[in-house]
Amino acid sequence: MSHKSENISKVKNTGEAKTKKANNGLTAWEIVKISRHSGRPVFQDYLKLIFENFIPLHGDRYFADDPAIVGGFAELEGNKIMLVGHYKGKNTEENIERNFGMAKPEGYRKALRLMRLAERFNIPIVTIIDTPGAFPGMEAEERGQAESIAKNITEMAKIEVPIISVVIGEGGSGGALGIGVGDKILMLSRAIYSVISPEGCASILWRDASYAPDAAKALNLTADALLKLDVIDEIIEEPAEGAHTGVHKTAENVKNSIIKNLNLLGNLDVEELLKNRSSKYSNMGKYNDINKG
Amino acid sequence: MAWFKKVDTEKKTPRKTLWVKCKKCQSHIFAKEWAENLNVCPNCNFHGNISSADRIKLLFDKNSFSELYSNIEPVDSLKFVDLKGPYKDKFEANKKKSGISEAVITGHGKINGIHVSAALMDFRYLGGSLGSATGEKILRAANYAYENNIPYIVFSESGGARMQEGVLSLMQMAKTCNGIARLNKKNIPYISVLANPTTGGVTASYAMMGDINIAEPFSVIGFAGRRVIEQTIGEKLPDDFQTAEYLLKHGFVDSIVNRKDLKDYISNVLSFYNR
Ligand SMILES: [Zn+2]
Repeated sequence: MSHKSENISKVKNTGEAKTKKANNGLTAWEIVKISRHSGRPVFQDYLKLIFENFIPLHGDRYFADDPAIVGGFAELEGNKIMLVGHYKGKNTEENIERNFGMAKPEGYRKALRLMRLAERFNIPIVTIIDTPGAFPGMEAEERGQAESIAKNITEMAKIEVPIISVVIGEGGSGGALGIGVGDKILMLSRAIYSVISPEGCASILWRDASYAPDAAKALNLTADALLKLDVIDEIIEEPAEGAHTGVHKTAENVKNSIIKNLNLLGNLDVEELLKNRSSKYSNMGKYNDINKG
Repeated sequence: MAWFKKVDTEKKTPRKTLWVKCKKCQSHIFAKEWAENLNVCPNCNFHGNISSADRIKLLFDKNSFSELYSNIEPVDSLKFVDLKGPYKDKFEANKKKSGISEAVITGHGKINGIHVSAALMDFRYLGGSLGSATGEKILRAANYAYENNIPYIVFSESGGARMQEGVLSLMQMAKTCNGIARLNKKNIPYISVLANPTTGGVTASYAMMGDINIAEPFSVIGFAGRRVIEQTIGEKLPDDFQTAEYLLKHGFVDSIVNRKDLKDYISNVLSFYNR
């Protein structure tokens, strides 16, 4: 699901300006724009700034090596981990090469292979989420885009080492969740996580993609909203204007948050870890039990 | 994920009480004949939507099905309002129209004498979309199978995740698959039946995770929407793209089974379960 953030100036004034409350006075749509900012730090920035001794590992062993998902062994202040993340480019050329961080089945299958490898090596997993969504292409469907995501979501429930997922930019729907079933879900304060892009939602429910700001607000896709809905566990602070205005500070915050949560999860035995993960996801969502009034 | 909002159900023509127009071959079928043929076109074998109640009648031994978890209903936790009004109004209107209070009916019963837990999605309710209550019921039915050591069967017909519940609906993919993961670990069989349409977040979670995946003929089954893909690649897709037949060819379903044969097919498969 590609987005069209370029048309911002054409967006109708639909009254969402009046609804600034949370998020330091920013609207949901302003946060969407920050999360997609061309200068926003991406996977490779964090790789450079906070991870060491990265040993990239390639391929899903079935079909190909998807450049939209990168992974391998890495160290985070001496903690040995398996690092897996969406890889957006830093410029147009790189983005084309990396398919804008939109993974294909081989990307999700590589991610699962590396997560199983982490289990064998008994090291925790850190996944970095930043994608507009899984790639909506013919060959992706042909090779089982749905199956690859479904499989990852199911298998991540069974992985016997801690998993920490960090949403650093765009958490685009199933494409994000395919590497996002963590014991802890951390999210930068100007990142977004959504079931559908605001543009996609607006074009279906408003019949006009230019209502994206309204859809962005309605979807509750900001870190503040998702913490309240018990979807994420922790908000990692970044500068109010966005991580691109303070890359080093943001990276430092990401590092500290991951390490803190690694330590928390490291105290659990496998049985507790899996039980907690299972109950975390079993309790996701809000419904009405009419027997309970 | 939820691109398929506009996927057609039975289009209501002015003569709807008398005639049904087949969406595949466009022929007009006498409504009584259509219903007697289990909403399957006698001309071209297109399998139209069927209500969860009719599916239960078709699949379960007489009077053997007991509904569970009908107490779980949706809630408008985001106070979601779109062009057509609040989500709350929408699901209440859908409840009135369809007579069911969620897009899935759950329960347990016997299929040719074999006791199973089951979840039957219903396209009439908000396009069979996956919301929090839908996910809760599907998980509970999986857990019922787990506790009772009986097979689990899910019938999907769904446009995908329910946008009006935002990320909460996305998380239902993880929630339902968590239930499937538990069944896997306990070696309890899980059969997924994919009907027309099964798309988006439902395909990308429990619907594709069957130990056996069965599709009804000509069902549309896919992840991204056809139009979205056509826009992305800038060309028209082949006619059979994302059909049951296409998925069979590419290795993602075990079998395509006619609706009338599903009951015997399922019980036959389960007769091999030796635990
Ligand atoms: Zn026909």
